[in-house]
Amino acid sequence: MAQDIGPEVVAYEIIDFAIPAPLTDVPGDVERGWTIVQNAANATCLICHAMPMPWQPDHGNLAPDLAGVGSRYNAAELRLRLVDPKALNPDTIMPAYYQAQGLNRVQEKYVGQTVYSAQDIEDVIAFLLTLTEE
Amino acid sequence: MNRSLWIFVAAFGGFAAYAFLAAGIAHAQAPDLSRFSVEDRKSGYVFLGEQVRALQDDDFQNPGMFAVDRGQRIWNTVDGEAGKSCATCHGDAAESMAGVSARYPQFDADRGAIINLELRINEQRMTHMMAPPLEYESEDLLALTTYIAGLSRGMPLEVNIEGDAAPFFEKGKDFFFERRGQLDLACNQCHDDLDGMMLRGDKMSQGQINGFPFYRLIWNSVGSTHRMFEWCNTSMRAEPFAYGSEEYLNLELYVAWRGRGLLVETPAVRR
Repeated sequence: MAQDIGPEVVAYEIIDFAIPAPLTDVPGDVERGWTIVQNAANATCLICHAMPMPWQPDHGNLAPDLAGVGSRYNAAELRLRLVDPKALNPDTIMPAYYQAQGLNRVQEKYVGQTVYSAQDIEDVIAFLLTLTEE
Repeated sequence: MNRSLWIFVAAFGGFAAYAFLAAGIAHAQAPDLSRFSVEDRKSGYVFLGEQVRALQDDDFQNPGMFAVDRGQRIWNTVDGEAGKSCATCHGDAAESMAGVSARYPQFDADRGAIINLELRINEQRMTHMMAPPLEYESEDLLALTTYIAGLSRGMPLEVNIEGDAAPFFEKGKDFFFERRGQLDLACNQCHDDLDGMMLRGDKMSQGQINGFPFYRLIWNSVGSTHRMFEWCNTSMRAEPFAYGSEEYLNLELYVAWRGRGLLVETPAVRR
């Protein structure tokens, strides 16, 4: 029986400060994206970012407001920012939501795991692209 | 109405309006927080809301005072084969322990490493009282630590990082600047660079430890510095170190130095 080693990390290629190819064959699902980003049990964006969600209390403000992020970046640029933000800025506090290797002293229950699955990444990108109003 | 009466009414009205405004301004003024910071170093108190500050300020409301009372009882209770209590040798703690916690953690020659207040208490229990050590983070060890640290309330933190302590201090500093966990963040990235910003509903503090052991509202209990380190590490999804471990002792020394001059607030109340 295969051991549970968490999600298999899909290979990706960084081209011109972006990841042009989707990580999965299933197109991103906007509705699922909405749910994922608000999940307080899994590193919700709201800890650090404000989002256009007036029903959510206490948005963080130590990272940029995500209102309008869908008109500032395209899917490929957002993908790199979620998957490997340190490729753009080595000092960033933005965690890599799709990194399982090369990390220091990961808690045992998260070893080999990524914060988001490949499909989660695509769904969140689809959601972020709908945030076009500043 | 004659002219002089008008002048009187206008003058009185003006005075009343001035008094009213002045009172309003005084009321809206921010509380004086100068006691809670030294240069750019700010106690966690500065980042609290008014209600939590009020809890800390009033000894009759501060839930950490239960630990202080319990600690005082333990101080005077005989335990161990030597038939001694802390008071047998140290007498009145209010005199013998005043200012002591402000100098912890410190280098200990017998250990050849850093020792903090919790481990010093246990070392004294074992060598002088012939009593078993209290479990780290147990109610009794927290109570005794809180009681003793509380006797330094109002005194500035001043740990020694020179001489034998220096290499341990450097290790603690390295820890503070090292990224860790699945979220891959180092302490300094938030506590040096982003204090005062909102992390969801909480204001990011500088991570100062001048109020420890402290009462944490989300824990509903008193907690030690090392429990807070563990909480921070696991929040970054990093494997924590053990309570009393060399890693956390070194970090505690660095963080205490980082808050040098801040006044001891034990038992502080925090969110």
